[in-house]
Amino acid sequence: MPDKYRIETQPVPPRRPRIGKVGVVDWHEDCAGCHNCVKKACVYDLYRKESEYIRNMMDLDAIFFQCMGCFSCVQSCTKGLLSLAANPVYERLGNSYWTPAIIETTWSQAETAKIPVSGAGYGGPFSGPGFDSMWTDMSEIVRPTRDGIHGREYISTAVDIGRKPMQLHFDKDGVEGSLPPLVDIPMPMIIDMLPQPYRRPSLMPILKEAAAKTGIIMIADSRDLALLGNDFDRYLPNIAFYFGDGVTLLGPEILKKTRLAEISDSGDIDRRIRDLKQINPDLVVAVRVQLDAAGVKRAIELATRPGAEVVHMVADMNGNQIGVNQPKFIKDMVREAHNALVSCGVRNEVTLMAGGGIALAEHMAKQIICGADLVTVDLPLLIALECQLCPQCGQEVVCPAKIDEIDAQYGVGRMVNLIAAWHDQLIELMGAMGIRDVRRLRGELGRALFFEDLEEATFGKLFGTRKNR
Amino acid sequence: MVNSLVHERTDKENLPPNTVKTMVEQAKVERVIKPAPPRYRNEIAKYIIRRSDDCDLCGKCVEACPQGVHVLKPGYKKFAAPRNYLCIGPSCQKTDHYCVDLCPKKALRMVENPQVKLLGDYRWTGDMILATWKMAETGDLPSPEYGYEYECGNSGGGFDRLRFKFPVRPPVELSEAEIDTSLELNHRNDGRPQIRIDVPWYGGGMSFGSVSTVTQLSKARAATAFNTFTCTGEGGYPEYLRPYDDHTITQVATGLFGVREETIQRVRIVEFKYAQGAKPGLGGHLLADKVTPAVAQMRETVTGISLFSPFPFHSVYSIEDHQKHMDWIKHINRRALVSAKVSTPIDVDMVAVGSYSAGAHIVHMDGGYGGTGAAPDIAKKNIAMPIEYAIVKVHDFLTREGVRDKVTLIASGGIRNAYDIAKAIALGADGVVVGTAELVALGCVRCGRCESGRGCPRGIATTDEKLSKQINLEWGAQRVINLYAAWRKQLVDILMRLGLRSVRELRGRTDLLMHLDYENNAGQR
Repeated sequence: MPDKYRIETQPVPPRRPRIGKVGVVDWHEDCAGCHNCVKKACVYDLYRKESEYIRNMMDLDAIFFQCMGCFSCVQSCTKGLLSLAANPVYERLGNSYWTPAIIETTWSQAETAKIPVSGAGYGGPFSGPGFDSMWTDMSEIVRPTRDGIHGREYISTAVDIGRKPMQLHFDKDGVEGSLPPLVDIPMPMIIDMLPQPYRRPSLMPILKEAAAKTGIIMIADSRDLALLGNDFDRYLPNIAFYFGDGVTLLGPEILKKTRLAEISDSGDIDRRIRDLKQINPDLVVAVRVQLDAAGVKRAIELATRPGAEVVHMVADMNGNQIGVNQPKFIKDMVREAHNALVSCGVRNEVTLMAGGGIALAEHMAKQIICGADLVTVDLPLLIALECQLCPQCGQEVVCPAKIDEIDAQYGVGRMVNLIAAWHDQLIELMGAMGIRDVRRLRGELGRALFFEDLEEATFGKLFGTRKNR
Repeated sequence: MVNSLVHERTDKENLPPNTVKTMVEQAKVERVIKPAPPRYRNEIAKYIIRRSDDCDLCGKCVEACPQGVHVLKPGYKKFAAPRNYLCIGPSCQKTDHYCVDLCPKKALRMVENPQVKLLGDYRWTGDMILATWKMAETGDLPSPEYGYEYECGNSGGGFDRLRFKFPVRPPVELSEAEIDTSLELNHRNDGRPQIRIDVPWYGGGMSFGSVSTVTQLSKARAATAFNTFTCTGEGGYPEYLRPYDDHTITQVATGLFGVREETIQRVRIVEFKYAQGAKPGLGGHLLADKVTPAVAQMRETVTGISLFSPFPFHSVYSIEDHQKHMDWIKHINRRALVSAKVSTPIDVDMVAVGSYSAGAHIVHMDGGYGGTGAAPDIAKKNIAMPIEYAIVKVHDFLTREGVRDKVTLIASGGIRNAYDIAKAIALGADGVVVGTAELVALGCVRCGRCESGRGCPRGIATTDEKLSKQINLEWGAQRVINLYAAWRKQLVDILMRLGLRSVRELRGRTDLLMHLDYENNAGQR
């Protein structure tokens, strides 16, 4: 058995107080001063430092925002002076796609590196838009296809990036000709360039270190080379440079040490790929396709002809199609491309990467089920640093997370923790599905349940036409 | 049957007359409704009455309010805290005793309690929790005056979008006494005993370790009172449940904690837990802090070490293995019925028919949104299908295979009240299993912190000595009994309005349902 992929983690505590969903409001006035005050009974010992906080007026918010919302003190106070209130700071976190719940769970995963576990059944909506309109399947008893009796320590999350020949030809010396280069990484995730306005130059060295520590790759704009730090040289296997429109290539001393490169979908891409290959024949080259109105068609076109080895489909940061009125969602666009490539019989020859809107570990799994070989992730790594995605980021407002002041150890630790937690969650899902290799998860649409299909098969049959909501 | 997936086992067992049964004297619990007032001083109220300093203690409000919201103790110079949870809110305005209008000093004001919005979630809305508390307190349905919207949650799909098409007048006039809510559990005609439960539901498995002793006993007592069942969960069979053996299902799950021949032999139903809806494809979780010395002893493990049960049963990789399991239990206990608890994968219909073929009397499907004491969030939200789909799929499939009437189909995973029970049955289940609702009756607020530290701050899902003392058994049992009584009343009411004599007549009657997101024009398409 090969070495097990394992990410070393250790807890990295947050720099700021937790921002809970609810806070306690204490009316104080009329307090009877009971000896056995309900505050002493708090299971979470929330009030222990209350007087200290009040005396120093420091972190006064902290005491309110640490509340877990069990209502015990509210319901027990002799005078009924305590009440819970929705925390407006919590409600302002993120936006309608990157919800406060997503931000909160990302923070806790970045702190602990653990799979979030909680009690009580799921309390969220029945289904929802985007990734919430599908469920993954699981392996029940009596399933002959289950991958044997091996435990989850045998589950592989490694993927190969590049073009794969459909068959090998042999001559008397062995395999005829040379095989195309492949990049393999231990989990189906690549760090993408952060979208504007969230791209912070100070984060480049941290992202680079996180990519190296987890054995994955980060995509960096070639124009940002100077931001990577002086020691970037030894990180080059974990960096994929992106060359935008008309940007000149980097020198061979750099490109020869990298494994993957990405170019924009502009100009004569065949020539640009050829130029890159000339510098380093072992380089795998991806083409970045913006998923606008023509995006899916373009991705299919690129994938079905020789040239591009990897097609990187990128939606906007919320996973939506770019520049159209009724945008499609990334998972549906990738599914469309995947199915088209399957129909042409070339799906296995090319690698599809998908990015935009990947906010949770479940999205990574679902995106792969919908046909991507691997995903590219951006904002979650920023959120790991306690960013709360202020809409006005960079516009002369003080950054509440002081992103530009973080030290590398904290930053790298938080990012690595998040990646490790995602990896564990992917294994959790694959274990439940009885799938032992993430390469087999790709496009396993038969092992997923889609809201529209189930509705039609169940309620459509019983109740007729679905209303347009 | 040609092309059928069913393998019939028609052999009838001849049970020896001296079939083993429990040797312990069984407890009797009366099915009596008694008030079980809230255990917290300040019950969360939907409406709050605020009193300003203008009050001159005239006491008019005390006289006027039939609910007894205002409390002025003799000799006191101030009103005590109002019992807001008794207030019926704006619907009081139409009466002649609306305190806000009657107050000569205009010192009273009624506001909606903003905290209700913080209570619960999409599935268990604040209103539903408050209404369940009311039912657990009174044993009756909350008066419509309170304005609780508790029949449905706010999840936007499944049960929450299904409604009954009640006729203006029932097609048949029936009296309450004529309506039968009982359910037979053995349809195999295999010589094993018939078990009839008085209500079409039983209590879900909650193990010793995940919930407190009092919680387990409260459930057991209510089950006894209603001649139905509770379930031990996978954490072993504690001695204190012995007086309720006849109303206890013991679970055989992958962890096999505390499973012994004698625990199998003392019960009337044994349940195989293959999977759990909240974490399909994963084994049970009990995190380190909750593995107290007592729990560790019961489970024969080490104190303070997290317990993750394996998945799946490593002795079951085929339908034949499954049958071997069933036969093993059936042999050890010759009078027991066997239930297979499975989750809801895409081929749940195959699983159901396979379970039947292997000899299960009860196929229990736990939907993807089912309850849990601890499960990874990613599993709770994303794995396997919601129960609403699974019921229809399996009911139809078993019907097509011609075996629907030979097996009892039980659904769980998001059944919150009598309406959900009725809807699940109308979709095709015989009965349901409930869990979270019983805990809500005991005071759960769905804060979702059952898994960590000392466990539940409300003293329900915890084995912490101090925390679990918050609930006294007498009260806890009464709360669950009251809830069951209120549900039964509501179920009878639903059946009456539909003109159905028995809950069994409701099974599969999807024609009585409508879905708010559909044109309800099936058949016309």
